[in-house]
Amino acid sequence: MTDVVMPQMGESIVEGTLTKWLKKVGDKVERDEPLFEISTDKVDSEIPSPAAGTLSEVLVQEGATVSINTVVARIGEAGAAAAAPAATPAPAPEQTSTPAPPATPPPAPKPTPAPAQGEAPAPPSPEVLPPESAYSGGGEGEAAGPLSPLVRKMARENNVDLKLVRGTGAGGRITKYDVEQYLASQGSGARPAETPAPPPPPTLPPEERRQPAPPPPARGEAPKARVEAMSTMRRKIAEHMIFSKQTSAHVTTVHKVDMTKVAKLRAKIKDEFAAHYGFGLTFLPFIMRATADALRSFPIVNASIDGTNIIYHGEINVGIAVALDGGNGLIVPVIKQADEKNVVGLQRAIVDLAARARSKQLKPDEVQGGTFSITNFGSFGSIFATPVINQPQVAILGIGAVEKVPVVVEGDAIAIRSQAQLALTFDHRLIDGALADQFCQKVKAVLEGWSEAVL
Amino acid sequence: MSRPCEFRDLGRMGYEAAYALQRELVSRRKAGEIPDQLLFVEHPPVITMGRNAREANILFSREALFASGVEVHETDRGGDVTYHGPGQIVGYPIFDLREWKRDVGAYLRAVEQVIIEAIGEFGYEGERVPGATGVWVGPAKVAAIGVHLSRWVSSHGFALNVETNLDHFKFIVPCGLNKPVTSLRALGCSASVEGVKESLLAAFSEVFEIEIPQPATMSRLA
Repeated sequence: MTDVVMPQMGESIVEGTLTKWLKKVGDKVERDEPLFEISTDKVDSEIPSPAAGTLSEVLVQEGATVSINTVVARIGEAGAAAAAPAATPAPAPEQTSTPAPPATPPPAPKPTPAPAQGEAPAPPSPEVLPPESAYSGGGEGEAAGPLSPLVRKMARENNVDLKLVRGTGAGGRITKYDVEQYLASQGSGARPAETPAPPPPPTLPPEERRQPAPPPPARGEAPKARVEAMSTMRRKIAEHMIFSKQTSAHVTTVHKVDMTKVAKLRAKIKDEFAAHYGFGLTFLPFIMRATADALRSFPIVNASIDGTNIIYHGEINVGIAVALDGGNGLIVPVIKQADEKNVVGLQRAIVDLAARARSKQLKPDEVQGGTFSITNFGSFGSIFATPVINQPQVAILGIGAVEKVPVVVEGDAIAIRSQAQLALTFDHRLIDGALADQFCQKVKAVLEGWSEAVL
Repeated sequence: MSRPCEFRDLGRMGYEAAYALQRELVSRRKAGEIPDQLLFVEHPPVITMGRNAREANILFSREALFASGVEVHETDRGGDVTYHGPGQIVGYPIFDLREWKRDVGAYLRAVEQVIIEAIGEFGYEGERVPGATGVWVGPAKVAAIGVHLSRWVSSHGFALNVETNLDHFKFIVPCGLNKPVTSLRALGCSASVEGVKESLLAAFSEVFEIEIPQPATMSRLA
């Protein structure tokens, strides 16, 4: 039996928290194999097993804090493994092989630099890790350093006499690489399957190679340009926009809508509305209400394309594009089942989602599941624009600014009307122009015929 | 005699890629294939959660963070939640502490000492706060520390704010402490990231008695 104790991690450390057992009672462990993890102040440590054998007892549970040298577990003799479940078929061979004999210095030939591998005319890319030969440890006269568990394990598994292996590691220490080289030099004598290819020099992942480095500005003069990496959000927006343009056949149709009735209603009640509900009343919920109606009438505008299938969505979930402060991107929170809300409910949802989008407090499901989108560029003064479809949706309605304009009305008179231009961008793969215009006419009809009583 | 140490400046590298590189180097260090390693890197905006991190110390949903260009990663270092981003020097010493002092407390104090000496060159007096590992200037934390040890080989390390966007710390309760975070820039220091790296390197050599060969920095070659 070997006691496993909470190790002394430093002079000032009197206790540690056992955060995780890496082995269960009954598990076999090798000497030096990670057995548990502890946490002290800002340091987490994996603690290796002090002996080989079977973890026979765990005395301290995860989460407990104990002082150093407290016995946390016991490890039984390796032979005790036989008592464990019948999983061990043959007597463990390592019983016979005591830990490798104290390493004697290999009859070192001249310490030549490691051959071949390191000397390949490797492109001297600074991103490639230096080959091991690049480091030549000092202290030639010293004995080879202690053998690493990995080297011991490899030697044991491959029946390598470590006295015959030349160490090239720090202080002439034998490394995994040395053992691999040795095995390779033994050719097929060693078990072929086990002959490991020398590991390729690890390189950095490709995307890191592409990172453009900012050109250093010439000294003494102002830089002509500034290079800055895109934020993740900007990258996502960029990808999405191009993806959408490549996916859908974008067509935009524009309809003028007389907003006079809505504008009058809004002017009449907006103070009372704000006082009663605590938020203002804008044109957006009226347009959204009308749009939800039209989506109900034209389900193909509330659909998606899946290969050669058309998915008609059962719910009308309308996304509203929200610009983040200072042109720092946009996000499209979704009003679920917009067709089931009245103007007040829609306005409340818009105010809430927009505010939380700007303060970055949206929940994940609040930006998902949209079946149609609205973008209100009119709030920035735009008359009309051609929005990009928010995939996998098939249409997006852009709302231009509501402004008073002179229009010719019945009887060839000229009157002043509140007017907005609604731009519908639709995916011409799925939606025909005539249908898109019918959809717009439906939105227009609801808005122009708004019944005063309905909010 | 100084111990050898290989240094690499990774420039701007994603957290995940740097984490993979660390693990690779840790396993090679443990196998005795390489000497001690010291990495400097700047990460794109990322929030990392140490082993003891409480989700409550991240103040926004992951989607909201993602939407503002900040990723969230769980890692195996000690400590709570922290933020990394451009303008912050992140240092990953991969040292075999058995060849040094075999003492994690001493290691944390030495890393603090490195930062204190480095910022001292620019006229700032870094301080330790008992029970709150890291380096403080006045009431605010300028550098955070979180370490992982595997058989006494260290990974992770420290993050020193040089010209970090401190607004991003609003996403979290740094290290679970309700204490302010600062940067050298916010303290009025005009030193460049490169300049601070140089003094950090010199301080590392001195404090840890290591010999860092003339670095072939990527940033210089790029």
